[in-house]
Amino acid sequence: MAEPAVRVRGLTKTYGEIEAVRGIDLDVAEREMFGFLGPNGAGKTTTIKILCTLADATAGTATVAGHDVRTERAAVRGRIGLVFQEPTLDAYLTAEQNLRFHGELYGVPRALLRERMDEVLTMVGLADRRRDLVATYSGGMRRRLEIARGLLHAPAVLFLDEPTIGLDPQTRAAIWDHIATLRRTEDITVFVTTHYMEEAEHCDRIAIIDNGQLAVTDTPEALKARIGADRVQIRTDDDPTAIVRLRERLGVQAAMHEGMVTFSVPGGAEFVPKLFAELGLGIGTVTVTRPSLDDVFMAYTGRTIRDAEAGGGGRGGGMHPMRMMARGRR
Amino acid sequence: MTVTTATTGTLTRPPVVGGFTHEVRAAAMVWRREMIRFGRDRARMFAMLLQPLLFLFVLGTGLASIIDTGSDVDFTTFLFPGVLAMSVLFSAAFAGVSLVWDREFGFLREMLVAPVGKFAIIAGKCLGGATAATAQSLVLFALAGLVGVPYHPVLLLELLGLLFIGAFMLTAMGVLLSARIKQIQAAMPTSQLIIMPMMFLSGALFPMANLPEWLAVLTRLNPLTYVVQPMRYAIFQHMDIPASAWAALDPTITWFGWTVPVGLQILVAVGFATMVLAASMLAFDRTD
Repeated sequence: MAEPAVRVRGLTKTYGEIEAVRGIDLDVAEREMFGFLGPNGAGKTTTIKILCTLADATAGTATVAGHDVRTERAAVRGRIGLVFQEPTLDAYLTAEQNLRFHGELYGVPRALLRERMDEVLTMVGLADRRRDLVATYSGGMRRRLEIARGLLHAPAVLFLDEPTIGLDPQTRAAIWDHIATLRRTEDITVFVTTHYMEEAEHCDRIAIIDNGQLAVTDTPEALKARIGADRVQIRTDDDPTAIVRLRERLGVQAAMHEGMVTFSVPGGAEFVPKLFAELGLGIGTVTVTRPSLDDVFMAYTGRTIRDAEAGGGGRGGGMHPMRMMARGRR
Repeated sequence: MTVTTATTGTLTRPPVVGGFTHEVRAAAMVWRREMIRFGRDRARMFAMLLQPLLFLFVLGTGLASIIDTGSDVDFTTFLFPGVLAMSVLFSAAFAGVSLVWDREFGFLREMLVAPVGKFAIIAGKCLGGATAATAQSLVLFALAGLVGVPYHPVLLLELLGLLFIGAFMLTAMGVLLSARIKQIQAAMPTSQLIIMPMMFLSGALFPMANLPEWLAVLTRLNPLTYVVQPMRYAIFQHMDIPASAWAALDPTITWFGWTVPVGLQILVAVGFATMVLAASMLAFDRTD
């Protein structure tokens, strides 16, 4: 079996009392697009920092492109491309000057540099703006330029930390188009973190991280198939009573998520008539959704990602049924 | 480990390099970025030029009317090397402190994650800041004739060399400062707080003869003194200065009564600059 592009064993990082990463094991195959999914503060950025040699792990080991991130820092750094959450361009240089700076620091041979700059600028559609100051670029253009720069030295692994954060929906879609093109044409492994569930669909495999631990790793399809149930959200005249009656009369465990009574049942659409017949409460709205990655996240962490972002709501309020279901399947 | 140039897709994978030439290339690029940014910042250049002119012709002329140089040497002649040093040192220190901006706007990270040593980046930054600051002083040299300083190519080279040493020292100090102070709001006043006393205690603005003992001690401890004094020495050497005026305006530096030769003075300045550079390398955290 070929050496994985990223290999992580028992990775742990503590900041004083806080355990940011708690024993992660991970293998990312060559040429894979790997999604690292989780709410803010779950440990995504800390993990990326360790893999990029920007932070030292408290315990555990990691290799990137076959090199140890602790003992072979320079070798790792030369083989990875990085796009951070925060911009790292010099706005008072032109796009070309930013790229040249990068090429020189990464030791791209002079004879190749011009050609490579042409390649990456064309790839992200900025070739005609190459001589403009980055200060005149929009947020999306800057992010594209950063992706181009991350590719300039043809890294083996490209790390994208929240590549679409803070961008409008159209620009986000455009960025993913560029990443998709890259995937088709390049011999490169992409390691991307995001907290946008719909973006994770672009990945070959996804790892869900929550509270510094991996909840599950699989393909998006397999993860959704594991759920097996549809998500139903209803609004009623009396939500607490609805939750009680759902349990007593229909044998369904429900909880409040995103302000609605939420539960999951196999065959959600067929369940709706039963709901109206048995609940005996005024029902305002009913939404039935096929499993999405949101549901996967909820199944494995007991929260929706928006709950998690809002500050851990839902946690400790009893284990969600889907979580138990998912645990049972493992 | 195999170093290959594989062609895959549209991207050509270059070999991963390393070693000394790579570090030099990286440092040269960091230097070049300073040059590009310096060339683009016309407003700063203009402001940085106006300030020394103000000191030389307004403060200098004003003070000349009350200060007796003890000869027909004009006070502005005395002041000229001080003003040169001042203009260069301020812009050099700001160039060093600009690392705080680089951190704020994220570019520092781009530099620190590159597969090169901290040494290359910090050396490039210091050399770049020092070069830009020294280049700026060239305009002031044009005014030498107005204050009675001869236009002599050797003198010009001597002064440029000394200014470069001083500028390098101050850029390195700025870099050291920005390794410790991470907020823009704090970095600027702090750098001023360090530069101003160094400036005043260097003999740039007033002669160091007949200073009270405590002040004389402080001037000798000030590394900048070892830049300004050799500059004035170089200028006076190219002029016809009476011995009495020389002693009054440019007394030699002494350590416990021993006259420090000019060569050693310069060595002190270079040594201090090197120490600050080393300290800033140690202070800079890779995981910043």
